[in-house]
Amino acid sequence: MKRYLSHPFWQGAIVVVASYVAFEYVIGYVLPVIGVASAPVPSSVIVEYMLIVLVGVLLYMSADEERWQRFREPIRETMVQPDRRTLRGILMVAFPVLIGWLAYERVKPSYAAPATLRAVHPAPPNQLTFRGETIELTGLENPLREEGSMEEHLAVGKRIYVRNCVPCHGDLLDGQGHYAQAFNPVPADFTSSGNLPQLTESYVFWRIVKGGPGLPREGTPWDSAMPAWETILEQDEIWATILYLYDQTGFPPRTWEEEGGHE
Amino acid sequence: MKRRMTRGVVTRGVLLAALALAVALPLLAQAPGPDYGEFNFLGLDRRGAVWIAAQLHLLFAAFVLGVPMFAVVIEAIGMFGGDEKYDKLAKEFTRLLLVAYSATAIWGAILVFFLSTLYPRFWAYLTAIFAPSMWVYAGLFFLESFTLYLYYYGWDAWKKGAAKKVHWCLGIMLNIWGTIVMFIANGWLTYMMSPPEGLTADTAPQTVQLWSAINNATWMPINIHRLLANVVFGGAIVGAYAAYRFLTSRTDEERAHYDWMGYTGNLIAIGALIVLPFAGYWLGREIYEFSQQMGITMMGGFMSWLWIIQAFLIGILFLAGNYYLWIGMGRIPGAERFQPYIKWMLLVLVLGVIVWATPNTMIADRDEIAAMGGIRHPFLQVLGVMSAKNTAVNLMILTTFLSFLMYRRANKDPVVPWARAGTMLQGAAFALCAVVVVFYGVYGYFVTAIVRIGFSVYQVLAVLATILFVIGIDMAMLRGAKSRGEIRWGRMPDRSQYALLILAVTFTWLMGLMGFARSGIRQHWHVYEVIRDTSEQAFTPALGPAATIISICVLIFFGLVGVIFWLGGLAERSVYQEAEAEAKGAEGHAALGEPMPSPALGDVD
Repeated sequence: MKRYLSHPFWQGAIVVVASYVAFEYVIGYVLPVIGVASAPVPSSVIVEYMLIVLVGVLLYMSADEERWQRFREPIRETMVQPDRRTLRGILMVAFPVLIGWLAYERVKPSYAAPATLRAVHPAPPNQLTFRGETIELTGLENPLREEGSMEEHLAVGKRIYVRNCVPCHGDLLDGQGHYAQAFNPVPADFTSSGNLPQLTESYVFWRIVKGGPGLPREGTPWDSAMPAWETILEQDEIWATILYLYDQTGFPPRTWEEEGGHE
Repeated sequence: MKRRMTRGVVTRGVLLAALALAVALPLLAQAPGPDYGEFNFLGLDRRGAVWIAAQLHLLFAAFVLGVPMFAVVIEAIGMFGGDEKYDKLAKEFTRLLLVAYSATAIWGAILVFFLSTLYPRFWAYLTAIFAPSMWVYAGLFFLESFTLYLYYYGWDAWKKGAAKKVHWCLGIMLNIWGTIVMFIANGWLTYMMSPPEGLTADTAPQTVQLWSAINNATWMPINIHRLLANVVFGGAIVGAYAAYRFLTSRTDEERAHYDWMGYTGNLIAIGALIVLPFAGYWLGREIYEFSQQMGITMMGGFMSWLWIIQAFLIGILFLAGNYYLWIGMGRIPGAERFQPYIKWMLLVLVLGVIVWATPNTMIADRDEIAAMGGIRHPFLQVLGVMSAKNTAVNLMILTTFLSFLMYRRANKDPVVPWARAGTMLQGAAFALCAVVVVFYGVYGYFVTAIVRIGFSVYQVLAVLATILFVIGIDMAMLRGAKSRGEIRWGRMPDRSQYALLILAVTFTWLMGLMGFARSGIRQHWHVYEVIRDTSEQAFTPALGPAATIISICVLIFFGLVGVIFWLGGLAERSVYQEAEAEAKGAEGHAALGEPMPSPALGDVD
């Protein structure tokens, strides 16, 4: 056992297998058990990670001539030594079978919707029309922050949210409303640090006003179930809802800066 | 004979470019005709044709602008340091320029032909604004060409004394002309991205002020980004040339020379690469400031997945660059003591690439999305944002610098009395820098986006300050250091040279991909929000077709570069073969392990 553990080939194999176990099972299944928010990692990301690990292992093994020779030893011996004929034969069959199985897995008919590449935050237009009124989005601030009572605005926002948004976005604002799982893409999770704090209020205004039908071309696939609320709500009601969202989640909205900047 | 042939190729290329400009400019400023010309060649449409011509022109141009920058520095090292091998190396670098220069001119001419015939109305629009700068451009192009001829062909004639200094000044002039030429062309393309305020589709182009058109929001950031990127690219291509020559070498002497040349090219490429992200970051900020829509399209919208591909490719660059240094330590006596650290440095790099390549929003099928509760992974999403990525890349830069430091110190034992304290100080600087980088990375999660953006500046400054501080100590500490033995140039396994080739290919690919991002964020505009693209190719191509076109460009480029390498090798091959024949006849055979040889490269062209 010790002999194997000290051999570069088996060390490399152990690192690759351990990495796979960590990415596939530890992140996906062990972390939730110990109370850390996690979920199984999508296969596209697993493949990405494993490629990086594999390249890393090969680089390490071949960075030193002696280690590289030792690393190749078991492979070379398996390929040429007469006493490894049985193992060689097994591998000669196993590898094509493995490749064939992988190929079959990829091409076999499936009824699942294909994996999608979706821009969650597509670029907003510089201006939009709200029931015929043109509104410049660049530099636009929430007008309710400067006028009236914040308490009242939040009360309006809460009423609008509960009446219109809860079924999809959930009463915890986490995108887990009653209908959420019926949609693909699922409704936005406002509690995620990747959503509200990354966006200016003008961006959120645009998304509520125009909804799924108003997604730009690059926002494919255009199957968001979000309605275009401009036909139902008034501008102030939308701004009040935005105030409510930021207030409830505790995130500050992204602000405009003179120097610009991006993430 | 060969010299005449090379010169002929150069001349034809320049003439072709001049002809293109002379014919195209007046023709294209003419009265309105059709908006677009017809083109279909093996399925390639007009946009594809312009794309390929522009990309190849840019790749060759980057090479011919980058190489003179470090050739002139290396010549100065040879001239002021009195070591002739640097002078010969600089000349060998410059020789590669000659044919590449022709290729630049030819692809530039093809680009002008395509633009003028396939986009006649838009080209007329551009010439109406930029015509004076186009004539200056053409004039400077000639000036640059003849300065290059003088610089290269006068190398041996002006080898000593004041003449050498004049020759060196020619190299500086070559760089100045080249830089101005690039700045002018950058003015045209950045105008298309970020035209001055107040322009509309109805604005007559003749009324647009030339200087305000050139000096637009993204002009200077692109200038600086490209200046640095040209050095990186030039170093990488030179490294690839050296790798090719190393792999085809027949003598130990030849292998030793090209091993050294490859090392120098890699050092230049990786050294300039370290500061390149900062220039890129500035460019990104300016784009975002110019137009939020453009910024979000680039970073969060349609183009955002390109950054994951970029992360992969830059990861390859870091890994290959470090790998080359680590293998290179095998030919340095005394480097064994640093071997145990390699696995830890590799671990930092691999983790860094993993963090950088973690998408914020993942490609997932319906079941996977349901399991994650959205398109973001509940645990891995912390790695998908810029706080994590900035931290990762800064630590990767720091690790790469550490690799270089170990390589540099491998065969040296400092003799200064404060050597131990100096090394500890260096270690402390590294540790402090890592703490600063990680601190701001973690703190970034707890502040607003606007504050977080500022943190990346602190991280960058910490890394740059550490690099300068540590290298300063190192230079002082290694003065008069005891040598553990000379570097055994040439004793490199072949796989190290493949790392150099991978570096060059990756840089080329990266330039194409990120160039697509820069140009593609204009979407359906020729000039952003001023002149609309009304052709049938007005859509922005998806990543797949875009990657295909870019890969075709990379293949064509390396096909042509292969010819240049072959031509570059024709001349010296005979010399090395003669040397080999002589060596066979002689009793003593130059053994490996000697100090860097200086083959008589300067005597042949």
